[in-house]
Amino acid sequence: MSTTYIQNAAPEQSPAVDSDRSRAENSLARKLVAPALVLMLLVTAFPMLRALYLSMFDYSLTAPDDKEFVGFQNYVTALTDWLFWRDTFTTVFIMIVTVAFELVIGFAFAMVMHKVIFARGVIRTSILIPYGVITVVSGFAWQFAFSYQNGFVNSWLPFIDTDFNWFAERNSSLIAIMASEIWKTTPFMSLLLLAGLAQVSNDMLEAARVDGATWWQRLYKVILPNMRAAIMVAVLFRALDAYRIFDNIFVMTAGANKTESISFLTYRQVIEQFQLGIGSALSVLLFLSVLVIAFLIVKLFKVDLADARQEN
Amino acid sequence: MQTDVKSKIGTALGVAVILAWCLLPVVWIISLSFKSQAAVTNGSPGFFPSDGGGAGWQNYKDVLHNGQFKHAIVNSIGISLIATLLSVIIATLAAYAIARLEFKGKKFVLTTALVIAMFPVVSLVGPLFDMWRTFHLYDTWLGLIIPYMSFTLPLAIWTLSAFFREIPWEMEQAAQVDGATAWQAFRKVIVPLAAPGVFTAAILTFFFAWNDFVFGISLTSTERARPIPAALSFFVGQDPFNRPASLLAAGAVVATVPIVVLVLFFQRKIVAGLTAGAVKG
Repeated sequence: MSTTYIQNAAPEQSPAVDSDRSRAENSLARKLVAPALVLMLLVTAFPMLRALYLSMFDYSLTAPDDKEFVGFQNYVTALTDWLFWRDTFTTVFIMIVTVAFELVIGFAFAMVMHKVIFARGVIRTSILIPYGVITVVSGFAWQFAFSYQNGFVNSWLPFIDTDFNWFAERNSSLIAIMASEIWKTTPFMSLLLLAGLAQVSNDMLEAARVDGATWWQRLYKVILPNMRAAIMVAVLFRALDAYRIFDNIFVMTAGANKTESISFLTYRQVIEQFQLGIGSALSVLLFLSVLVIAFLIVKLFKVDLADARQEN
Repeated sequence: MQTDVKSKIGTALGVAVILAWCLLPVVWIISLSFKSQAAVTNGSPGFFPSDGGGAGWQNYKDVLHNGQFKHAIVNSIGISLIATLLSVIIATLAAYAIARLEFKGKKFVLTTALVIAMFPVVSLVGPLFDMWRTFHLYDTWLGLIIPYMSFTLPLAIWTLSAFFREIPWEMEQAAQVDGATAWQAFRKVIVPLAAPGVFTAAILTFFFAWNDFVFGISLTSTERARPIPAALSFFVGQDPFNRPASLLAAGAVVATVPIVVLVLFFQRKIVAGLTAGAVKG
């Protein structure tokens, strides 16, 4: 839009003035953007470079004087340890399951919200509450809900013994963790999908209906293809967010029963055990794995962020 | 006609499911906060407090008289508000440049923002922990405000630039034709028009800062700067299986009140803001 402005304005001005103008615009823009850019990089790029540096050392805060250069040894240690791969697997598993559930439930919610004509304010308010609730609080709420001593889940679910301890082993613990995660983030997913749904043209849907398309056909042939960009952006955001899962695990199991995520492993090495060397190596690996996942999703599903924002 | 009725019933059912989904866990934690501590220790399964197992307002009184918790509330409110204010000011400047001006490096700024929005925060905890101790920022308000700003800037910039592109910018041109400089056009014309968008970005930023847990537990060690989520998780001991559930629930409810108030008043703006950055142009 700004480009059109400049193109429109240009013919009225001599080329020299135009270039002065664009130079002034350039310098103003740089001044406006600089503080944000500096702040964003200060807390991310700089510490990340430092992590890269520290990851080359055998360095523990409990014995800072014994800092010793070890090259890539920390990476070898991490990558050859089954713990790293188990935690990566757990994280990827949580990511895939939660995003799949959120996508399906979120889409159903979006369809309902799209159709509703009454009580829109009430629904919008309710749907925002899980989004706003602190993850730690959500973790507590679900941990207590699943607790066999003080919770209600066991008595509400059929085929589950009232004494069943969800947090006694890995799989059931993961179910509780994922329940909290899915509960909190599905509303966000449904709002993104609702916005995408609003962009599907009603004329097209009406035409499909007139042509005799069934509900399923309209869904698969008209609605879904037309909101592809919105779905992909929602999946990308949520998948990367789910891959960073930490809060729920910390609160609900503290990593017990092999429920540790890769973020939790990194945290444990750095903050609880003060192993900055290997911890930094894990930090770098965590960052790289997020990049790989982002790259895979963007390439696999051909996500076009600019397209989703209708910039093209 | 019949399908019409069917679809109406379906929609109504859907609405009921959505409301149950969103509110049930909230009602549950409120209900839990009214169970007495004795009942919780002995085990009190069930959704509502059992007969004689209710505590009235006792848990809330205990929580609000707890020094740690009081400090945490003050910390959270102070840190979140300051971070929000600063972050929104800086993001407004950047978003204006992105939405209105042509300059080299625009793509770089947007890409950086996007990468940071997806950054695994835990991977920064180690180096930041180390750096903050060197700079004496560890366990201070500023030590949390700085990372909160960095991590809310991407969201604020994306939301704001989407809002700014909707502004009827001919008015800016008109002001410039009337002799205003680019800066004056920004300050006197765009800012008042942009205020609603800025406000939305502020709410979303506040949500993020209020919700943060990773920085809260790793960059603080005492009640001097520890925010609510961290304080809640450290409330009693390290054993995740044996906590004073009802007391924690009361604390959780208190920590959720500000969010619910914001949502109640500003739901329309929040929805607009959440979807503006990601989907709408």
